[in-house]
Amino acid sequence: MAKTIKISKGLDIKIDGRAVEKISNIKPASVIEINPSHFHGITPKMLVKGGEVVKVGSPLFYNKNFEAMNFVSPVSGTVREVVRGERRKVMSIVIDTDQEIDYLKFDVKNSADEIKELLLTSGLWTLIKQRPYDVIANPNKTPKAIFISTFDSAPLAPDYEFVMKDKIDEFQAGVDTLAKLTSGKVHLGLNAKKSIFAKISGVETTVFKGPHPAGNVGIQINHVNPVNKGEVVWTINPQDVVVIGRLMKRGVVDLTRTVALTGPEVANPQYFETVACNNISEMVKGNVKSTTYPLRYISGNVLTGIKISENGYLTPYATQITVIDEGSETHELFGWAMPRLNKFSASNMFFTKLLPNKTFKWDARLLGGRRSIIMSGEWDKVFPMDILPEHLIKTMMAHNIDRMENLGAYEVAPEDFALCEFVDTSKLPLQAIVREALDVLRSEVE
Amino acid sequence: MSNLRKFIDKIKPNFLPGGKFEKLHSTFDAFETFLFVPNTTSKSGVHIHDAVDSKRTMIVVVLALLPALLFGMYNVGFQHYNAIGQADAGFWQMFWFGLLAVLPIVVVSYVVGLSIEFAGAQIRKEEVQEGFLVTGMLIPLIVPVDTPLWMIAVATAFAVIFAKEVFGGTGMNIFNVALVTRAFLFFAYPQSMSGDQVWIRTKDTFGLGGGAVVDGFSGATPLGQVATSTEAHTQIVDMFGQSYSLLDTVIGLIPGSIGETSVIAIALGALLLLITGVASWKVMFSVFAGGAFMGLVFNHFGPDTASANLPWIYHLTLGGFAFGAVFMATDPVTASRTETGKWIYGFLIGVLAIIIRVLNPGYAEGMMLAILLMNIFAPLIDFYVVDANIKKRLKRVQVNE
Repeated sequence: MAKTIKISKGLDIKIDGRAVEKISNIKPASVIEINPSHFHGITPKMLVKGGEVVKVGSPLFYNKNFEAMNFVSPVSGTVREVVRGERRKVMSIVIDTDQEIDYLKFDVKNSADEIKELLLTSGLWTLIKQRPYDVIANPNKTPKAIFISTFDSAPLAPDYEFVMKDKIDEFQAGVDTLAKLTSGKVHLGLNAKKSIFAKISGVETTVFKGPHPAGNVGIQINHVNPVNKGEVVWTINPQDVVVIGRLMKRGVVDLTRTVALTGPEVANPQYFETVACNNISEMVKGNVKSTTYPLRYISGNVLTGIKISENGYLTPYATQITVIDEGSETHELFGWAMPRLNKFSASNMFFTKLLPNKTFKWDARLLGGRRSIIMSGEWDKVFPMDILPEHLIKTMMAHNIDRMENLGAYEVAPEDFALCEFVDTSKLPLQAIVREALDVLRSEVE
Repeated sequence: MSNLRKFIDKIKPNFLPGGKFEKLHSTFDAFETFLFVPNTTSKSGVHIHDAVDSKRTMIVVVLALLPALLFGMYNVGFQHYNAIGQADAGFWQMFWFGLLAVLPIVVVSYVVGLSIEFAGAQIRKEEVQEGFLVTGMLIPLIVPVDTPLWMIAVATAFAVIFAKEVFGGTGMNIFNVALVTRAFLFFAYPQSMSGDQVWIRTKDTFGLGGGAVVDGFSGATPLGQVATSTEAHTQIVDMFGQSYSLLDTVIGLIPGSIGETSVIAIALGALLLLITGVASWKVMFSVFAGGAFMGLVFNHFGPDTASANLPWIYHLTLGGFAFGAVFMATDPVTASRTETGKWIYGFLIGVLAIIIRVLNPGYAEGMMLAILLMNIFAPLIDFYVVDANIKKRLKRVQVNE
C-alpha cells in the first residue's frame, strides 16, 4: 500500500466550465507558430530558414548553451519565415503545415546513454524539466530522482484519469525509459480518490490528499524527497511521458496530446486531441459565450497559464485552454464597502464564504491596487511546503543569493507561488518575482 | 455605464501624464479607486485574483473600531455629566456631548494625516495607501478627551512623516504609527497626557453641558490611582470615591483614554477582526496570556506595592491593555511576521506591559511602551524563527551526505 500524505494547506478555487468527458480531434491548423521564449532559460540558435521543408520531429533550432539539445517541429510542412525582433532575437517560427503528416523516423536504442542522445536529438528532452530553477533539464547532471504528478489539481485542470485511460501502455513505456536515466527512483504522485496509475510498475508511488496545490509536483517533491543544494530532480507531465513512450514504441515524435478547453466563458467545454503549439481558433471559434465584452484566452490554467489571443497558439507545454472574461470594462462601484456576493475571497471579509454552493463571476482584474507587503500569514495558508514563503520572497526581491539558497529557493518553481499570488491582498506579482530570482540564482551558481 | 463613470472617464485624461493636472494624479487615483474597483487586469502570473484588497481590509479594521468609538463618545458624556453633578442627564444628551467632544479630534487626526499621505504619495508618484484610514481612527481612541487639538495635529504630523513616510509608507514602517503619535504626545506634552486633570472633560463643549464640578471630585484613572497609591493595597474608586467592581471595569464607564475603557466594546471589535481573519488570533491571545502570567507572578512574588498586588485580572481590564492587545499589537506590519514569532511577540508584549506598570511608578500605563519596544524586537524574533528553518534545511543536507 502506497504511503498517503495529507496536504491541509491550499485552496480549491471554484470556477465554472469544467470540460465534459468528450474528445474531438483537431488537425494541425494550416499555419502554426512556435515561440522559443516559451521554453524558458534557453538561447535558441536557428537550424532552419524560410522555405525549408520540415517533417514532424525535424529540428528547428537548438540550445546555444547545450548544442545537442534540439527543439523539433510538431508538424510537417514548410517553414514560412523566422520572425526576428530587436537584436535579431527569434520571436517565432512560422510553419505552413501539410495536409499529409510526415514523420521523421528515429532509431530506438535502449542503453541509458543512447536514450539520452535519442531524447536530445528528437527534441523530447525539452519535455523534461528540472528542480532547481524550473527549467529544461541539464543533460550533464544525473537526477537523484524523477517525479511525475499523475493528477492536476489546478482549477478546471484536465482529468488524467479520463485523458490517460487509453494511454497507460505508452505511459508505462515512457516511465521505463526515464527510469534508466536516474540514479534514484521514479516517483509517481497519485490522486487519493482513485488512480489508474496505481498499476504502473517500476515506480515508487505516494498518494496525495488535499486541496490544490496537492497535485503540483513541487509540493510532492517537498514532502517525499526535497531538493537540497547541489542536487537535481527531474519533473515531467504525464502526457509528455506518453510522448516519450510513443517514441520508444514507434520511433516517431508524436506531440499529440489531449487538451481541455475550459472556463466560464466557453459554451461547450470539452477535450480536444491536438498537436502541441496548434492554433486554438478552431477550438474556440463560435464556442464562447460573450459577443460584446472582451475575453481572455489563456494557454494553461487560470493560475499559471500564459495569455494568448483568440487566434493564438498553444504554448509547448500546455494541456489546457481557459477562457474567462477580461473584465477591463467592468466598473464596480464602492467595491471596498459593497457585499459583492458574486466575488470569491479566501479571506472571511466577504459573505460569500457563507454560501458554499455559490458560483462566482471571474475576470482578469487585479481587484485592487498594488501595495507593499502588509498582511502576514496569508501566503502560508496556501503554501504547503516546509518553507517560509514571505521570507523567501523578500530575499528573492532583494536578489540575495546566499539567503535564497538557505530559505529553499532550490525547491520551488513559480507555479508553487500561484495560490499565494491569488490570495495576496497586496496584489504582488509573486510568480514573476520567483521566476526572475531563480534566473539570477542560476546565472550566479552555474 | 453610469453617468458618474462617464464623468470620471471624461476628466481622467487631465490627470494622466501630460494632462493639465498631472501633478494631482495620485489624488485623482485615490478618489477614482474609492468610487470604483480598479479595472487593471493582470499582465502576467495568475489571471484571476481574490476579491480582497487593501481597502477592504482597512475598512474592516475601521468597522471593528466603531464600537469602541461610539462607546467612548457616550462615556465622555457620562463622565462629564457625573462630574458636574447631573448624573440624571439622558442617554442621548450624554452621547451628544461626547460626540461633540470627540468628533473634532477624529477630524483633526484624519485631515492632518491624510493630507500628508496624499502629498507623500504624490511626491513618490505612487497610489495613495489606505493604512492611515486605520491609524486616523486609532489616534482619537488612545488620547485623553481634553488633549488640545493643535497637539493632536502636531503629533499626528510627526508620526506620519517620521514613523511612516520616511520609511516608504504603509507596510514599510517599523513602529505602529498611532502609538508613535501617542508616544510623541506623552513625552512632548506630559502635562496634557497624564495626571488626574485630563481624562474627564469638566468644561462645556461648544456651550453644551456647562456646570460646576461637584465637590470631592477626582478625575484620576484607576491605573493612576494604583500607581500613585502609597498603600500596599488600594481600592480603585470612581470620581466620588465609590469603589469600582470588576464588572465596572469590563463595562467601561470609567475615566481613561477615549476608546480604551470598555472591554465589551473592544471585544466586539476583536470578534470582527478574528472572524474576518484580519488580526492574528495568536498575537491577540498571547498578549492576554503574557499579561495574565506576569500579573500572577507579581501577585505572588512581587514587591508589596499597590500595583503589584492589583489582582491580575484587573491588569487586563484596566487601562489600554485590552485595546492595545486587540488593535495595536495585531498590526501586521509592525508585529512579528512568522507564525511562531507571533506567539513570542504577543506574550512578551503582555509581560512587558505589566512589568512597566508595576515596577515603574512613573508610568501608570505600560501598554504603549511595551508594544513600541516589541516593535523593535519583532524582526529579531523573526530572525531566530527563520534561522531555525534554515538550520533544518542545512541539517537535511548533512543527513543525506
